[in-house]
Amino acid sequence: MSMLSIFDISGSAMAAQSQRMNVTASNLANADTVAGPQEQPYRARQVMFESMARQPDEIGGVRVSQVVEDPSPLRREYNPQHPMADDQGYVAMPNVEPVQEMVNMISASRSYQANVEVMNTSKQLLLETLTLGDG
Amino acid sequence: MIDKLSEAFAFQQQALSLRHERQQVLASNIANADTPNYKARDIDFSAELSRAMRTGAGAGGNLELATTSSGHLSGGSGASNKVEELLYRVPQQSSLDGNTVEMESERARFADNSLRYQTSLTFMNSTITGLKTAMRPE
Repeated sequence: MSMLSIFDISGSAMAAQSQRMNVTASNLANADTVAGPQEQPYRARQVMFESMARQPDEIGGVRVSQVVEDPSPLRREYNPQHPMADDQGYVAMPNVEPVQEMVNMISASRSYQANVEVMNTSKQLLLETLTLGDG
Repeated sequence: MIDKLSEAFAFQQQALSLRHERQQVLASNIANADTPNYKARDIDFSAELSRAMRTGAGAGGNLELATTSSGHLSGGSGASNKVEELLYRVPQQSSLDGNTVEMESERARFADNSLRYQTSLTFMNSTITGLKTAMRPE
């Protein structure tokens, strides 16, 4: 294994966590989007993480295997004046849970920070290794 | 002479390379802290180090001599810096998604490992300084 693969590992985790953060941002931004793609209300999305290690005796980073839509039912809001209201006067709203999204965001940013710290520490150690024997 | 020199560094070199290996394992644990069903890994450092010293991985590390004729010597090291056994960590508290990474303990171990890596570096540096002093003519 190469000397610098630790940067690949932490880098992949940072990329994955930032994608998770992007998805959270998209969910929060669209929390009230009545008309999404194909005239359907927006559905909350979640990223799925997957380890990059293939064999059981391997280590590896992490990647986003897929982005899935939340299948839970849409929120129904009574608003007969709304142009998108159905016969009973209900409007289908996105199934985004703002509280859940906030928690997700905090968790993603903490994980991101931890990986930045790993990267910084490793960089410092490798720099010191490069100057071995100078003193 | 050169043999003696590489012998002086053999132990710290093995320790350093295993520390680096462990650093990678711990980094991978931290990277996969949110991956469902990921199992945290670690190595038994002292067991790996004594194995590395026993198999006599000298200064050659995992370099091997190429043998292009039957009369060539094998170079004999055959030892690599590869970790023999990646173990699974037993979690203190299990989580619902099957992930066994406990961030606090992983980070504590990571800091501990970094410090020990630095210690090995310092030891090696002072060995080099000592040898340099011994070799100076005045």
